[in-house]
Order: sequence, then C-alpha cells, then structure tokens
Amino acid sequence: MVTRLIDSRSRSAIAASIQGRRIDTGGLLFRSLLQSALVLTLVILAVLLVSVFADGWSQIGGRLGEFLSGTLRSQSKDAELGVHQGIYGSLWIAVSVAVLAFPIGIGAAIYMEEYAPRNRFTSFIEVNIRNLAGVPSVVYGLLGLAMLVNGDIFGLDRLTGGRSTLSAGITLAVLVLPIVIITSGEALRAVPNSLREGAYGVGATRWEMIRTQALPYAAPGILTGTLLSMARAVGEAAPLILVGAVTGRLGDNPALLDLGALSERFTALPIVITSWTQQSGRDTGFAAAAAGAIVVLLVFVLIMNSAAIGLRNRFEKKRG
Amino acid sequence: MTDASLIGAATVTPDMLRIAAGRRFREVLVRYWLLLAALVSVVVSALILWSLLREAWTFITGVAWADTWGQQGWFPRRGLYDIPTIVVPTVIVTAIAMVVSGPLGLGAAIYLSEYAKPAVRSWVKPVLEILAGIPSVVLGFFALTWIAPNVVGRIGKPAFLVIGLAVMGLYTVVAAVMVRSRLKRYRDGSSDSSALIGVVGALAVLGAIFAGYLFWLLNVLGELAPARAGSLAAAGIGVGLLTIPLVASVSEDAMAAVPEHLREASAGLGARKMTTATTVVVPAAISGIVAALIVATSRAIGETMVVFMAGGAADAARFTDSPLDGGLTMTAAMASLASGTDNVVGEGLTFQSLYFVGLLLFVITLALNIAATRFVNRVREQY
Repeated sequence: MVTRLIDSRSRSAIAASIQGRRIDTGGLLFRSLLQSALVLTLVILAVLLVSVFADGWSQIGGRLGEFLSGTLRSQSKDAELGVHQGIYGSLWIAVSVAVLAFPIGIGAAIYMEEYAPRNRFTSFIEVNIRNLAGVPSVVYGLLGLAMLVNGDIFGLDRLTGGRSTLSAGITLAVLVLPIVIITSGEALRAVPNSLREGAYGVGATRWEMIRTQALPYAAPGILTGTLLSMARAVGEAAPLILVGAVTGRLGDNPALLDLGALSERFTALPIVITSWTQQSGRDTGFAAAAAGAIVVLLVFVLIMNSAAIGLRNRFEKKRG
Repeated sequence: MTDASLIGAATVTPDMLRIAAGRRFREVLVRYWLLLAALVSVVVSALILWSLLREAWTFITGVAWADTWGQQGWFPRRGLYDIPTIVVPTVIVTAIAMVVSGPLGLGAAIYLSEYAKPAVRSWVKPVLEILAGIPSVVLGFFALTWIAPNVVGRIGKPAFLVIGLAVMGLYTVVAAVMVRSRLKRYRDGSSDSSALIGVVGALAVLGAIFAGYLFWLLNVLGELAPARAGSLAAAGIGVGLLTIPLVASVSEDAMAAVPEHLREASAGLGARKMTTATTVVVPAAISGIVAALIVATSRAIGETMVVFMAGGAADAARFTDSPLDGGLTMTAAMASLASGTDNVVGEGLTFQSLYFVGLLLFVITLALNIAATRFVNRVREQY
C-alpha cells in the first residue's frame, strides 16, 4: 500500500486532485438557488411598484392637483374625485402618534434602560411590552372600539367624539407604542457605559446624565425608531376599520389644519385605498384611483422609511 | 458654592456634598414620570384583555352552540357562527403564506449571511427593509389586481397540483430514509423489534394523513374553475410577500450571531461553502430560524387587510376548504363585519362575535409569540 501511494503516478494524481480546480456543481446549484430566492423577492418588489405606478398614472399623471384636493365620490369618472379627506385623516393620525406615542414610548424606554431595578416586576413589564408588539393590529382596533368609541370604561367617547380622527389617532398611537419603546430601548442600550460613568464622575445626577449624555448619543437611533413607527401607523388600516372609518357621509372637506374636524367622522388614505379597491369590481375606474392613492401613500411612507434607514446606516458607519 | 471655596475649605463636610433640594426634587419627579410612562404598556395590556374577555364572555355564554355548530357558514348578522368556516381559511392562507415566505426569506437570509459581498449586502438589506415598510393595503391591492389574475388565474391549478405533489414527494423521501435506517439497525442487531413497531405505526399515521391529503387535493381540483377575482390563494401569496422581510431579517440576525470560528473550523476540515452553510451555520442558528418562522406565522394569522381585500369573500361566507375559492379568514371576518355600516348591527350577539374572534386571534398569536421568544432566548444563551 505504502509503495503504491508514493509511486509517481499516484503522487501526481493526488497533487492534481488537491491543486486542480474542480467544479463544485452541487455548491454552485445551492448558491444560485439562494441567489434566485433573493432576486425573485426583489423582482416582485419591482413588479409591485411598477404595476401600481402604471395603474395609477391616469390619476396622478394627468390630474395630480385635482386628485390631491378632490374628495370621495361615488363615480370614478367624477371630476372632483380625490384623496383630500384621506390626507387630512392620515396627517392628523401621524400628529397624534407623534404627540402621544413618542413621549410615552421614549419615557418608558428611558425608565426600562436607565432606572428599572433588576427584579421580577421589571421583567414582567419587559415581557409585556414584547408581547404587545406581537398583538395583531385588528385587536388594537377592538380596544379602540370598546374604549374610545363606545366609552366602555372611562367614558372616553365624550372626549374623542366617538368615531373620530382623534379616536383613530389614539388607537394607532397605542398600536405603535411597543415599537417605539423597543427601538428606543435598543438605542439607549448602545450608549457606551463610559459616557455614563464620565457624567457621574463630574457630579451629574442620573437625569442630568441621561439628558446631557445618553439621550444625545441615542438620538439618531431613537429618531429612526420613531420614523419607522410613524410610517407603520400611517399605513395601517385594519384598526381604523374597527374604530369606524368611513368613506361616505363625511362632513365638508376640512382644511388641512382645521382642528375642529378632529372629533368628526373620519377616513384615512389606507381606508380610501381599501374602499376604492373594493369598488373597482363594479366600476373599474376605481382601480386606477386606488392605485393613485397608493402612490400618494407610498410617497409618504417610503420617504419616512428611507430617511430612517439612511439615518441609522450613517450613524452605524460613523461609530463603527 | 463655587469650586474655589470648596478647595479653600479645610475640611469637606457632608453638607457641602449634599444635593440641592430643588435638584433632588426634580430627580425624583422625573423618575416617577418615567415609571408612569413604562406602566402605560401594562395598562394597555390589561385593557385589551378586559375588553376582549368581557364581550367574548357574553358571546360564549349567550350563543346557542348546538344550533350554530355544523351550519357550514359564517353569517354573523343572521346569528350563524360556524367556527371552522373562518378557521380553515385562516389555516389555508397561513400555510400558503409560509410556503411563499419560508423558502424565499430563508434563501435570501442564507445568501446574504454566507455568500453576499459586503457591497451587495449594503444595498440589498435597505431594499428589503423598504419591502418591510410597504403598508399591507398596498399588498392587498397588488394581490387582488395583479397576483389574482396573473399568478393564481393563469397557473393556480397546475401550481397547486405541483406543490401538492412536491410536498407528498418530500414526505415519501423522509419516510423512506427513516425506514431504511431503522431496518438497517434492526438487521445489525443494534435495535430490537419494538423500534420496528414504532416505524410501522409512524408509517401508518403518515399513510392516513397522506390518503386524506390526496383525497382533499383531488376533491378540490375536481370542483374548481381557475380563480379570476380574489381567492384564498391570492391572499395567501400576498401575505407571504408581506412576511418575507420578517423571515429574512430575523433568521439573518441569527446566522450573523454564529461565531466566525465555527465557519473557520469547518473550512479547515475541508468542507466546501455549501457544506459549512448547511451543516454548521444553519444548525447553529436553528433556534433563531425557527423563531423567525413562528413570528412570521403569527404575523400571517393576524394580517387583516390583504385577506380582507383579496380573500374573495365579503361579509359572510359558506364553508370552503379550497384555496382557489374565496373565503373568510378570522381577521377578514372581523374587518368585513365592522366596515361599511355605521354600527355593527344584526342579531343580538353580532357585535360580541367581533370580540370572540378577536380573543381567539389574540390567544393564538400570543402563544406563537411566546414560543418564538423562547427560541430566540435560546440563541442568546448559546453565544
């Protein structure tokens, strides 16, 4: 055996088998399978964007101004058809999320990361927040329906006016609250301890340390989380259906900054899209209108999302 | 007190170091405000549970179960609440969604984590995040206007047949491998006859499931015309697209957490890249991958707008177990009951039925999320 292995023919064969380039067919196949999974996903995304844009072109290309300022109509050929009421609802939903969910969410994150003692109660709150983040959005709609529309417990319906923009905004603020807490908490956890120790070393109290060191350092991460959660809230439709969004019997077309309309019947861009998509079965022109409304919604959502992603990537790179 | 006076003093007394009353007061005040903010989440959970349980309890105790069971339809405004009518389509949509997002998401994740160059990663990951940010109404529209006619309408039936046969083929291969290894061990004498009985039992169960599945498949294929409008298949594909980024990002995170020295050791033993990926990285990250699939399942079950828009049933539905049919999932049943009308009207318990379905949904997704958290924690403990 030994003599055969070292004879020159075998030696060169072994050398060739080690040094030579073999084609790893299985490996290549595996790699291209994985690659095609990724490529297919990206292609579908492209098809989605292109087909929606093409469908909606007759609305947003030809009559963008009228489309943005027009109102909900029963005929898709109507010259006054547009999404103004939807923009009003979505705008004020975004504002309520910013006013309610951001301070409470960031505050809760600061408490959980900087103050909370390590005990059972803290881990209970933590588990609770994680589970809330996984609750389906319709269930939040049920909560809004019971609390804010029907006023089951605190009689909150007198405050919100029942089925109103305000109820929708509060419901969605509650929906994104766990996301704000989790992303802000992650940003605070990334603050190096040396910064905290330095602040304590020069005599800062805990809150002074948080305000002057931890929060500024974590600000980009927190901003990313808040932008993502606002995009999520603006795109969400299911809870709004439960809270009573409508696409008919709305009041006058409110000016964008008209606060009085906050406690009146409401609609929002995703609801307009849903309704028009459903009506496209009877009046095919509504498919184009729905696609146009989608483009308007996507412009808002994608700008917020890309700003958030860009911001995070920039700071990640900077801090290594 | 200035720095100079502190340095100048002969001794530092405790009074000098004591925090000013105002500063201390602010400190305590801030702390309690922040605690209050943290407690809001607990209050929200309690309110969700309370509102769900209250109305659901009225429903459970009030509904005439004997009459409503076996009615083969979900007609809440007429007081007909057949649970399988909304549960079976939910299972179908979720299964189709996972058939779409499981392979695509995992494939993309393995590629990004093991093969892709940093330059590719740096632009593909943000694009996937953009896909994750697309609102579900948009995918609902896409599922109804593009997927339903172009995918389900054209290749729905054959694709369904092919996927069904592929799943059965996979089962057969797995069963054959199992039987072969058991038989071999039996012949070697390293295993006694009781193991053989186990194999036979498992094969019998598998065969029964098989026969049932085949029966269902033939039945479904026989009775259906290709779908043009919305269908459970179109909705399922839409939901699947929605969950691809979730599967990809969570499982990619898990694979990124696998220490580099495991890959190096594998390469050092002469393994090629594919072998390293499939026998080292994926098994090491398996908890995270399972968690990703569970979270995606939970998300698919709870997804509302895609199934509401593209599921092909409005308001009420008869029982169906065919993916090419229109059907009402649990979430779509809730959305269609609540939409369109001013108040949820109908028979006495119609409104409460919303909360009953909501509670069902809440319990299922909560169980899945808790399971997923367990798996994720296992990854954290390992590395």
